[in-house]
Amino acid sequence: MSNTIAVRIADFLGNFPPFSLLEAGQLLGISEKVKVLYFEQGKMVFSKGEAGHDYFYIVHKGAVDLQKTDKEDLPETIDKCDEGDVFGLRPLFAKENYQINAITAEESILYAIPLTDFKPFAITNSEVGNFLMESFASNTRNPYSNEHRGKLFSEEQDVILKKEALFDLQPVQISKKMLMVTPGTSIQEAASQMSKRKVGSVIVVENKIPVGIVTDVDFREKVVTGKVKTSTEIGKIMKSPVICYSKDLTLAQAQLTMMKHNINHICITKDGTPNTKVKGIVSEHDIIFSQGNNPSVLMKAIKRARSTAKLNRIRGKIMFLLEGYIKSNIPLTHISKIMFELNDATIKRVIDRCIQKMDSPPPVNFAWMSLGSQGRKEQLLQTDQDNALVFEDVPEEKLEETRSYFLKLATKVTKRLNIIGYEFCPAEMMARNPKYCLSESEWKQQFTSWITTSGNDEILLCQIFFDFDISYGDIKLTNAISDHIFDTLKGNRHFIKGLAVQALRNPSPLGFFRQFLVEQDGEKKDLFDIKKRGIMPLTDAARLLILDHRVKNISNTADRFEKLAQLEPNNKEIYQACAYSSKALIKFRTRQGLLHKDSGRFIDLESLGKEDKIKLKRCFKSIKDIQELIKVRYETSFYL
Amino acid sequence: MILNWFKKKDQPENLPDFWKKYARLFQQEIPENIQDITYIVFDTETTGFDFENDRILCIGAVTVEKQAIEINRNFEIYLEQEIFNPETVKIHGIIKSEKTEKLSEIEALKKFLKYIGNSVLVAHHANFDIKMINKALERHDLPKLKNKYLDTALLYKRTRILTNLIDREKVYTLDEIAEAYNIDLSDRHTALGDAYITAIIFIKILARISKSKKMNSKNLFRYRL
Repeated sequence: MSNTIAVRIADFLGNFPPFSLLEAGQLLGISEKVKVLYFEQGKMVFSKGEAGHDYFYIVHKGAVDLQKTDKEDLPETIDKCDEGDVFGLRPLFAKENYQINAITAEESILYAIPLTDFKPFAITNSEVGNFLMESFASNTRNPYSNEHRGKLFSEEQDVILKKEALFDLQPVQISKKMLMVTPGTSIQEAASQMSKRKVGSVIVVENKIPVGIVTDVDFREKVVTGKVKTSTEIGKIMKSPVICYSKDLTLAQAQLTMMKHNINHICITKDGTPNTKVKGIVSEHDIIFSQGNNPSVLMKAIKRARSTAKLNRIRGKIMFLLEGYIKSNIPLTHISKIMFELNDATIKRVIDRCIQKMDSPPPVNFAWMSLGSQGRKEQLLQTDQDNALVFEDVPEEKLEETRSYFLKLATKVTKRLNIIGYEFCPAEMMARNPKYCLSESEWKQQFTSWITTSGNDEILLCQIFFDFDISYGDIKLTNAISDHIFDTLKGNRHFIKGLAVQALRNPSPLGFFRQFLVEQDGEKKDLFDIKKRGIMPLTDAARLLILDHRVKNISNTADRFEKLAQLEPNNKEIYQACAYSSKALIKFRTRQGLLHKDSGRFIDLESLGKEDKIKLKRCFKSIKDIQELIKVRYETSFYL
Repeated sequence: MILNWFKKKDQPENLPDFWKKYARLFQQEIPENIQDITYIVFDTETTGFDFENDRILCIGAVTVEKQAIEINRNFEIYLEQEIFNPETVKIHGIIKSEKTEKLSEIEALKKFLKYIGNSVLVAHHANFDIKMINKALERHDLPKLKNKYLDTALLYKRTRILTNLIDREKVYTLDEIAEAYNIDLSDRHTALGDAYITAIIFIKILARISKSKKMNSKNLFRYRL
């Protein structure tokens, strides 16, 4: 029986070790035995204590988190496997139960490789065996993955580093890429070697024993100022003695030492004293980078990312950062600002890359609009993508040609956003939809018709489109649309009332007996929908009131309420309570989402502690108050 | 009397053994839990869209069991056919004198029936593929397929949210769904390649719809129309 699919699987496997170490025939043989598995996000592939499967796994698409559980059984992610990474190797080496959980961090397709068919290769082919041993010993991280390939043994030898961990007490990452010169070398020669090797420091050694160190700072302060000539010996400007440590230096210690001595490089020697051979160097930059949880580092990485896969990996780190922030209880205002900036930069980077991939530059100016939660700067977890595109007016005969260019661009962008974790909008509310890829005047017409014929669908659309924020491109275009919306709204009480009715469609979530209202049927039965019943009523109310006050350019719900508190001092307390509640609910949802690896939208109330329940109830009080205010102000009872 | 007459039509006596063996499998009921059902996802490449005059050139199929596709259980056969339509060669790339091993139509049907057994069949726009196979069976005086079947185009539609903002009457092509689910489209327009793409789509849909507590096999088949 011919098997063309096996050939395709072999093509994929052949790109990754250990499979790349096999011969073509062997690879095809294995591929014919593969099992293709599909997992939704947040599903267990195997869990701690479970008996070993007959397979080990390689990620074809998506990502899998490997989790250790602590004493209280709380899972902690120790590693993330993405495309091409192998995991679940334990059954290959020992007939023991799994020691870790493997859970899908994204929707994933996995290839399961049968042990019985693979084992012979692991035994007979020593390269394969070594690879698997390495993977297994280094806690299943693929030591040959693209980033690490070839580096593992030469540079980061004897350094075990759990990249994702936040702990300061882990060993610091040591660079072996240090440059060493003798004291007699001229400054000019040392400098040219430094720039050639692209390093910021040089260690001055005598018989491989460090006697001094010279860094960029020394050049700036001593050489460039003209105090010392470039022909002078480097020994004359070196700092001495050198601060040395042994390789088990921890991150925290390294940082403290640098602060204490006001230096940015530490020399690593064999026994930690300046009397033994130099083994490596640790720079402040490396420390910040190895932590990987620093927003500015992530930002740089986003801007430099050259592939969607790379951006996807950065997303993983961003999520890790978010988890850390939520755990350490950092105020939501700060968190959302940082997350917004990172999300925004990601979207910009994706669009930039897609424009480069087009055959020609954009024919006219355009703007990419993010709608919904990203538009309101409230998006913490990745949700559906909602976006739209506006381009400059063009002559009638050029219109469709121009639109097709932008549709093509938008299709590329939305596809890549999907790959990095933003689900497609199920209602196709995306810039790749010809309905939402319009010229400036078309958008104006669109808003006019939505506002003047306000049926329920139109109001729903308006609500989504009113909270837009420019993510990329020409801000003049989005401003023109904003102006137009406010002009059209002027004096249209009917529409404003329609919005008010919509804002009240989800009643305050506390029932008659102060019980939580939970979902009555469907797959989410008995779960509490925090988005629909908590976050949306506040978002809708804020939008309505701020539009009525004709305030432009504030789209964040909490910010809108803060602004309303200024505008209406007599209702200040209600508005401030709402601002607080909207932040509290979003944070609550985010925490739930991180815990369950989902959107956090549906909450099992049984699992909440009393304190959380009280907190939630307090938030709902403000929903009730704001809804009362809307009812009275807009006389909506006629409509209900 | 009339009842008897119907019965007779259902079970003509002169049916070959392989058919009887196939038909006997249907005495078993389909599992209640939709995750426990064995699905065969298949696709046919044909000389055209006319049920009377066009013929099947190739059948590709994969087995889906417990959300998994086992590659060594894939099925792919080429059929010997007199009918040749240069128009469709552009689509499926199967030329008349190709060197691949080809089976006679009846041999192919025999193999196919043995492969599918009493599993639930799945195809994209399933009515077409089912009818093509039924027509082939008819040519050899055999009854129609007895398997229950599902259509991924219709199933997909049911997973979409109900809103006036999207066109409910829209017919989704395999490419559109693959695009929506971010599935690679290499090997498109080979029967096995298309079957594999359809199978990946199907397990994604299955995961989505099986979340509903009410979803059992009975309800699943209601999705067909």
